[in-house]
Amino acid sequence: MAEYLFYFLSAFTVLCSLGVVLNRNAINSSLCFLLALVGVAGLFAMLEAYLLAVLMVLVYAGAVVALFLFIVMLLDLNEKSAWSMKGLSTVSAVIAFALLVAGVCSFALQGQLDTLPLSEVPAVGASLKNYGYQLFTTYLLPVQVVGFLLLIAMLGVIVLSKKFDAVEDSA
Amino acid sequence: MIEIGLNAYILLSVVLFAIGFFGVLVRKNTLVIYICLELMLVAATLALVAFSRYNGTMDGNVFVFFILTVAAAEVAVGLAIIVALFRKRMTVQVDKLNALKN
Repeated sequence: MAEYLFYFLSAFTVLCSLGVVLNRNAINSSLCFLLALVGVAGLFAMLEAYLLAVLMVLVYAGAVVALFLFIVMLLDLNEKSAWSMKGLSTVSAVIAFALLVAGVCSFALQGQLDTLPLSEVPAVGASLKNYGYQLFTTYLLPVQVVGFLLLIAMLGVIVLSKKFDAVEDSA
Repeated sequence: MIEIGLNAYILLSVVLFAIGFFGVLVRKNTLVIYICLELMLVAATLALVAFSRYNGTMDGNVFVFFILTVAAAEVAVGLAIIVALFRKRMTVQVDKLNALKN
């Protein structure tokens, strides 16, 4: 049963992320990204990281994609062609992508990561207590740094969205 | 019953990363490029959670926690920059943003 669920979720996620790249309309891309995130959250739940699955849906699907949708609607883009298919950049893009695909194929054919069967490994990510313990003992300093980072990001967004009129006037 | 191994998760994560990478390379709209960058971040988090689960450690999960926080901050700042850029240049197509060219 679990393996069918995995195959379904992974196929769903890959299809939705292909939809992100191939959709011509930016709003459709954002919505495909939302669905891909739901698929990844399902995979997190399969890996017994329930808190991260919930956070994925709350933070990414709830906040980030909503922000993307707002901006896409705000900017009112009218693009004729969504693809840049000319010149040297296309050649380099195709070469880089081909190298990445070759890497994936070689990994799929040869890469074997040996692990214990899942029943013998404790699912430490399943309990909320472990997160709290780790965040407030081992990772206490990073938590505070991340708090400052959020503060700075908030200030940066306010400055960026307020000051540009003045800059435009002087320029 | 066949158990899903770590390989399958890592392969899926690499495929997602490759799709996001391809999107960054071929799309012209800055917003869609940004969404594809986020897709690459999500692929990395999937790999971290899978490694963490199969090794019975907590570090990967906590790292994903931080990645989520930083990604939220990054998206806010990035979108503010894109909006500011749109106000100044009236476009977000990367091939039209060539002010540094001449």
